[in-house]
Amino acid sequence: MSALDAGQSLPRARREILPALTPLLVALAAAPFIGSASTFVTLTAAGLAMGMMIFTMASGLTLVFGMMDVLNFGHSAFIALGAYAATLVFLPLASWGSADSFALNLAVFLLAAIAAALLSAAFGFVFERLIVKPVYGQHLKQILATIGGAIIAEQLLYAVFGPAQIPLSLPRTFEGSFVFGEAAIEKYRVLATLVGLTVFAGEMLVLNRTKIGLLIRAGVENREMVEALGYRVDRLFVAVFMAGSALAGLGGAMMALYRGQAHATIGGEFLVLCFIVIIIGGLGSVGGSFVASILVALIANYAGFLAPKLALMSNILAMVAVLLWRPRGLYPVSGR
Amino acid sequence: MSAALTLQGVHTHIGRYHILQGVDLDAPAGLVTMLLGRNGAGKTTTLRTIMGLWRASKGRIALGATPLQSLPASDVARLGVGYAPETMAVFSDLSVKENLALGARNGPLDDKRLDWIFGFFPALRTFWLSRAGSLSGGQKQMLAIARAIVEPRELLLIDEPTKGLAPAIVGSLIACLKEIKATGVTILMVEQNFRVAREVGDEVRVMDNGRIVHEGGMAELAADDSLQGRLLGLSLDAHQ
Repeated sequence: MSALDAGQSLPRARREILPALTPLLVALAAAPFIGSASTFVTLTAAGLAMGMMIFTMASGLTLVFGMMDVLNFGHSAFIALGAYAATLVFLPLASWGSADSFALNLAVFLLAAIAAALLSAAFGFVFERLIVKPVYGQHLKQILATIGGAIIAEQLLYAVFGPAQIPLSLPRTFEGSFVFGEAAIEKYRVLATLVGLTVFAGEMLVLNRTKIGLLIRAGVENREMVEALGYRVDRLFVAVFMAGSALAGLGGAMMALYRGQAHATIGGEFLVLCFIVIIIGGLGSVGGSFVASILVALIANYAGFLAPKLALMSNILAMVAVLLWRPRGLYPVSGR
Repeated sequence: MSAALTLQGVHTHIGRYHILQGVDLDAPAGLVTMLLGRNGAGKTTTLRTIMGLWRASKGRIALGATPLQSLPASDVARLGVGYAPETMAVFSDLSVKENLALGARNGPLDDKRLDWIFGFFPALRTFWLSRAGSLSGGQKQMLAIARAIVEPRELLLIDEPTKGLAPAIVGSLIACLKEIKATGVTILMVEQNFRVAREVGDEVRVMDNGRIVHEGGMAELAADDSLQGRLLGLSLDAHQ
């Protein structure tokens, strides 16, 4: 038996389960107050879908922050760019979206998602080289430079696409709702949930089953040592930044379709939420941001139904509560 | 014997501090060179500067005939330099296996080499899939050294490997270092524990205020109390 095989039978490290259960505990706690089962199912499904879209946007930010130690306030630009990229596909291929064909409807959605990810990744490459690279290791300058970059990007989007909101229609297949008894679940929310879960599964697969993922996880913890082992961290940084930008773009496209419109301010609307999510999840933790996204979205939905005035500050309250319980977030990354 | 590693007039600034002030040092090929000196003398900075983690502001560093002083750490490592830092710097969230997999830059882990490593660090086999963060201090140190040698290296830079370790573990570490030495690899090692330094070291370089103030054989320094007192301020036996 080889040395590697000998180790396979040894016990694995135990992972903490309780933080991952917080969304479930919140749902169970809210259920009695909501009263109606159908309303609870609708709110929960909507929360899951919103959580998945937030996760798609925020997971890139947590990797960039965790690994590169970069406070990227320009993340909003990639979200907005993704939203506009969706219009570049949906408007010329409007007939595909309105066709009575699942294949064409799915194709236009997938093309929009791919376009959003690729365009944002390409813009991310330029943004990292021009704006982020000169300010590595300088947090204050990073904040100023990336906010400046976001403003420039927003104005460029206005210049290219115009100041008006661009309407987007969902592909025909994804309009309407699935109805279960008295509970209605929008089809697009199911799609958004599936996309979010796919993104999460893909990220976990890459992070846990590939050498690149191993390097990213190690880099989040100790960039210098990764370099001292012979790996070009600067190249890894660019790749991670592009991947984070692509995810933001994908999330932006999803959100624009959900809202039925693309606008340059969509990124700014979600930037603070993304930061809240990565803080709650634990800086640099993809799994943590996944749980945090669902948690934040569920709390917002339940609070919006039970106490609408409280909903305005539910995210902040959730962050305060989690940080009081676990000051470094739900799944803190060692060394950060 | 030819020098595997040569430093000539190396200066290093960290911020506004001038830490290395003209280090001239050579590490003969295939031997263990101990770098001794008081705290703050510049030993760790020397290793980090060789490794490319801090940039030399002046001077020349060469591995054989290859200049290192302008290379990033990744390129220095790719030339066959392994580094086990004082902080150990194991990746706490990664398993022992994953930590070693990262050390194996040129391909998958070699089972034979792993068996050789497990021979003197059996705990690494026991905790193969455990998080490195859950290991004891001694086990982390074993992992840091194992990671540095999981592939054959031309030069090993090891910074205070016995710091904070229990005597029994220090014994294992000495055996390990002797085994590594027997493979012919060149080692430059910072060490405060003179028992370890004397057992493992062939050559010795003593630093003070960012400069090399003595170079010679380890046996010569170990046998000369007055030299020890002059160089280090006290007999090296007091370091045991």
